[in-house]
Amino acid sequence: MTVLLEARGVSVGHGRRTVAAGISFALKTGQVLCLLGPNGGGKTTLLRTLLGLIPPLAGEVQLEAVPLAALSRREVAHRLAYVPQAAPGGFAYAAREVVAMGRAARLPLLAAPGARDHALAEAALDRLGISHLADRPVTELSGGERQLVLIARALVQDARCLVLDEPTASLDFGNQALVLREVRALAVRDGLAVLMTTHHPDHALLVADAAMLLHGGAMAGPMPPADLITPPRLRAAYGVDAVVGALTTPQGERLVCAPLVAPP
Amino acid sequence: MKRGALAWGVGVAALIVAVLGALAVGRFPIAPAQLWAILTGAETGTAAIVFWNIRAPRVGAAILVGASLAAAGAAFQGMFRNPLASPDLLGVSAGASLGAVLGIFLGLPVAAVQGLAFAGGIAAVAAVAALSATVRGQGDPVLVLILAGIALGALMGAAISLLKILADPYNQLPAITFWLLGTLSAATREDILAAAPAALLGLVVLMLLRWRLNLLTLGEDEARALGVNTTALRAFAVAGATLATAAVTALAGAVGWIGLVVPHMARMLGGPDLRRLIPLSALLGAAFLLAVDTLARVAGRTELPLGILTAVLGTPLFLWLLVRARRGGAA
Repeated sequence: MTVLLEARGVSVGHGRRTVAAGISFALKTGQVLCLLGPNGGGKTTLLRTLLGLIPPLAGEVQLEAVPLAALSRREVAHRLAYVPQAAPGGFAYAAREVVAMGRAARLPLLAAPGARDHALAEAALDRLGISHLADRPVTELSGGERQLVLIARALVQDARCLVLDEPTASLDFGNQALVLREVRALAVRDGLAVLMTTHHPDHALLVADAAMLLHGGAMAGPMPPADLITPPRLRAAYGVDAVVGALTTPQGERLVCAPLVAPP
Repeated sequence: MKRGALAWGVGVAALIVAVLGALAVGRFPIAPAQLWAILTGAETGTAAIVFWNIRAPRVGAAILVGASLAAAGAAFQGMFRNPLASPDLLGVSAGASLGAVLGIFLGLPVAAVQGLAFAGGIAAVAAVAALSATVRGQGDPVLVLILAGIALGALMGAAISLLKILADPYNQLPAITFWLLGTLSAATREDILAAAPAALLGLVVLMLLRWRLNLLTLGEDEARALGVNTTALRAFAVAGATLATAAVTALAGAVGWIGLVVPHMARMLGGPDLRRLIPLSALLGAAFLLAVDTLARVAGRTELPLGILTAVLGTPLFLWLLVRARRGGAA
């Protein structure tokens, strides 16, 4: 297993304002790493730093053992693909065209996607089981479908490392499970290194090999999700009481995390 | 794909009708049958002289101006992700207008007025770009660019108003007013040949970049994460759009409306993909301005300014398309 994405003592923030400091982790091939943390805790700032969209205030981010700062946008995109949240709105491009946009870093400046690029887009849609959506405008798709289209776009980018920003946010119960299954498959079947943020500690228990929690300007972890996700830590981060317990499922025993709602 | 074929069909048909219409009306009409004779050289009489020296240059000018403004508007609306963007967003029209008004005010010859207009348009956008580059680092680069364009545009608008007040109200002021509304009545073949290279170069740049410009519609972060050097791409596209707009504004004056609304018509017909939208906007812009210019020639006893007719004719057409698209769910 090779380390693809590594943070060494990274501080993140905007301008002179530090949001979080002392962040270190290493993400390897075939691994899913979950980033947890309350809103406003710096998850998005950290993601933008890891993508090289803003510089770290301290420390260094390395992509395939090369400092991120030494890579061009194109070179970063060859190594790291980003799946943003599937926000509604935007332009009504056909799904296949959105996926083909993932080829941007592999095409010369003046070129448009050709037959080979469209074949790759087709294959990625097929891989995620959404070939039937290829000609639909993305603005008409459901949140879950749009999320899968964006994952397909990241796949044709042909990078070994994938960063997903809350891929299960605003999805219904079924679509959440669908997306989580694909995230797991990308790591296990395709050997990609996957970093995803989530609001659900339970999702980390479901699919992650390691998890970390960003809260109060500091990072806990990475460590095995079962070690990270404990009631005291969730209480401190989210201000909510929660239980973590083993549940017997058809797939064997697994840890489940559920919040407790105080009676009114 | 079916939608694409329909959109192209509408665009091409509109342009052909506009060209035949422009030739067929006016003080010296040229019928389609006569046109064939002129083009093949069989006809060399008055009709041929009128065609080559008066009608064809003017038709060519209208096509060039309409296509450039509409294509630049489509590119701007996409890359700034704003349906209200038009080619003058970054001050090219205001700069060109200031240059031309200054030229008229100083009583310079026509060629110098045109040169000042072209230079003014380019200089205004260059100043906006330089201004926004110095304050970069903090905040959204696109927003900074647009705000700098609005601020400088307002300043140049004030300078134009001042020159209008100072201008001779009997000779210069009407010329300035007419110029600010746009007209092709004085465009000669030489004027067109002077404007065409810059306008065509700008259009070629937009055409070559048009797929990649789609990526800018995703927003700054997403485009950069996809491997796009957004700063450089935007700079190239702004340069292309500015070159085309400044060149045709120097030729025809500040013709408004087309760069803002024709791209919307094209989007309703052919969708938002800039690979189709930029050429389709150019086609529709050319057809529309040619139709408007033809009307400007024949409607009144004196020629009407283009800026008035584009709005008067274009608005009902646009509203009709808007209502139709909403009903059909095409937009």
